[in-house]
Amino acid sequence: MLRHLRPALTLLALFTLVTGVVYPLAITSVAQLAMPARASGSMIEQDGRVVGSSLIGQSFASPRYFHGRPSAAGQNGYDAASSSGSNLGPTSKALADRIKGDVAKAKAENAIDGPVPADLVTASGSGLDPDISPAAAYAQVDRVARERGVAEDDVRRLIEASVQGRLFGLIGEPRTNVLALNIALDALKRP
Amino acid sequence: MTINGWMQIAVFCAIVLALVRPLGGFLFRLYAGARTFLHPVLAPVERGFYRLAGVRPDAEQSWASYALAMLAFHVAGFLAVYGLLRLQGVLPLNPQGFAGVTPDLALNTAISFITNTDWQSYGGEATLSYGSQMWALTVQNFLSAATGMALAVALIRGFARRSAKGIGNFWTDLTRSVLYVLLPACIVFALIYVALGVPQTLQPYLTAKTLEGADQTIALGPVASQLAIKMLGTNGGGFFNANSAHPFENPSALSNLIQMVSIFAIGAALTNVFGRMVGDERQGWAILGAMGALFLAGVGLVYWAEAGANPIHAAIGLDPSAGNMEGKEVRFGIALSALFAVVTTAASCGAVNAMHDSFSAIGGLIPMVNMQLGEVIVGGVGAGLYGILLFAVVAVFVAGLMVGRTPEYVGKKIEGREVKLTMLALLCSPAATLLALAVAIVVPAGLAGLQESGPHGFSEALYATTSAAANNGSAFAGLTANSPFWNVTLAIGMMIGRFALIVPMLAVAGSLAAKSKVPPSAGTFPTHGPLFVGLLVGVVLIMGGLTYFPALTLGPVADAFATAAGDTR
Repeated sequence: MLRHLRPALTLLALFTLVTGVVYPLAITSVAQLAMPARASGSMIEQDGRVVGSSLIGQSFASPRYFHGRPSAAGQNGYDAASSSGSNLGPTSKALADRIKGDVAKAKAENAIDGPVPADLVTASGSGLDPDISPAAAYAQVDRVARERGVAEDDVRRLIEASVQGRLFGLIGEPRTNVLALNIALDALKRP
Repeated sequence: MTINGWMQIAVFCAIVLALVRPLGGFLFRLYAGARTFLHPVLAPVERGFYRLAGVRPDAEQSWASYALAMLAFHVAGFLAVYGLLRLQGVLPLNPQGFAGVTPDLALNTAISFITNTDWQSYGGEATLSYGSQMWALTVQNFLSAATGMALAVALIRGFARRSAKGIGNFWTDLTRSVLYVLLPACIVFALIYVALGVPQTLQPYLTAKTLEGADQTIALGPVASQLAIKMLGTNGGGFFNANSAHPFENPSALSNLIQMVSIFAIGAALTNVFGRMVGDERQGWAILGAMGALFLAGVGLVYWAEAGANPIHAAIGLDPSAGNMEGKEVRFGIALSALFAVVTTAASCGAVNAMHDSFSAIGGLIPMVNMQLGEVIVGGVGAGLYGILLFAVVAVFVAGLMVGRTPEYVGKKIEGREVKLTMLALLCSPAATLLALAVAIVVPAGLAGLQESGPHGFSEALYATTSAAANNGSAFAGLTANSPFWNVTLAIGMMIGRFALIVPMLAVAGSLAAKSKVPPSAGTFPTHGPLFVGLLVGVVLIMGGLTYFPALTLGPVADAFATAAGDTR
């Protein structure tokens, strides 16, 4: 064991230096020089202040905005310093009760006749999902248009413009970014 | 299930298969000591490392010496990580001012990262400084992966060499794995991840003013550099608590695809390295074929289970057509979440892009089974290959018993010593899993960690002890594992699962290397055809099934019946 001591300690020190200090710092330098916006978290600024990140979901409760998914991150949801899913299991009563409440709320707020789009009443894995499905966005058109006094067709067009399709028409799922959609909504002029 | 979903799965499989030969050829040349296209740049660095460390790169080590070198390196690594985490509060690059990590959590995390498990008792963004993520965790991500690759190559040498005393040199295999494979690939991957939106910054967390006027503190950090090795080295410890479900750690379907491919790339290519080193590439393809059959069965089952809605939720008014979306991200949907869950547990990665705890009962059963089968479906880098080769030894032994001949595998006679050592290696991890489970479900400190009661609570405990002993690191994360009981119990499981397998495995390598080659005769059982693939799959399933069926019945199987009956608790 003793004759292995020198290589063990030396190589550990060398690799700590190379992979634990030089490598991450070099990547940081290159990334910050070449792609500063993305390397710093894809933040969105409005009037000189950061309103959020285009990749991170945020809480929307006002009826004037499109709502994202329920969130289990942090105490009140969408805590971007405490990512988490609900981790509630398939037979969890707490989960069934939560979904029941969210279904009732979604139906009361929006003109939804049939079943509620699944992503609108299920918590994401990260609690920070920035997206909802196009179906979940369209389900909210009636409420958002009414609250803002704008034409439903205008709101629908915003959604159409914001839907990101599958990569090469194949990889991933169609989605719409809730924050981007709501920023576009704020920019929409009243008729 | 949709055609599009299956096409996405097919694209993933095609990319992994396409990489097997090119990457296998590169690794084969590297471990044989031949020059590769990276040598002009890296050979001087490699020589410098050996000079400083006092290593003679060509000095052959016996299996015992190889094992001792490996163990010494891990003791040093453990002490370093433990110390760095405990001292976090006074070390630099700690913009959030996190305190030192508590002793039981530092113990768990240090063992977790040296054993390539990367179990997350810690919540990354709420516990660890940027510095700790870099010089404690990222380093061990590289080193534990490189160790796995070195060990796999050592075992292959056992099969490939004839009448040899040594099985290679641990320091050389380790150094080459980091310098020529992991580090160059990670530089490329890290920059690709940044381009796709993964942060790489040393700035402190940023507070945004949301559209509704609330404050939202957004955790940041040097994520991309750690993410690259976390996937390529099948480590799986997330920079953030939510791991690869976090939009910063996996921003898009494309980053998701790259991550899944990097989990499997090296593990799959090592089957080809095996084939090349024993002089018959078909032997490698047969191994990969057995892995592929088990993999596709797992993907099909999880995808089917998750695409179906939970009847309890459908009855409340949730649209059943979208499948089980609790714990899943919209950008990945059902197909990519199901595929990722199977990939990460087939390999010993443990990264997750959806919360397995919220999967349906059957959707959560398959990831457990994948780990319980020994993570030999491609498996962790290196660990998967030496795992499946041990099963191959058992398979030819069983075949030999059936016809009454001394079994052979790739020209080596398999005798009593090898079979006994192999069984020892293969039985330690199940023993650690089930003993820890038995303790956890009767001790109050164990039960205190469970989020759910009934079968699903049992599943949380079973998943945890399985994941630790299999060195996977994913979790049914409803379990609150950051308590002294769970931290210590799981740390013991991780140690047994790693080292109690590795040491007998190296003994098998040494014993095989010393044997001469037997030329194939008319009575030799061919190990490159479908019959052997079927036998190997059967042996893996029977061993895993017999060991774990009772535990699985009490957990996920009972949970599936409860779901069907609408029985919530």
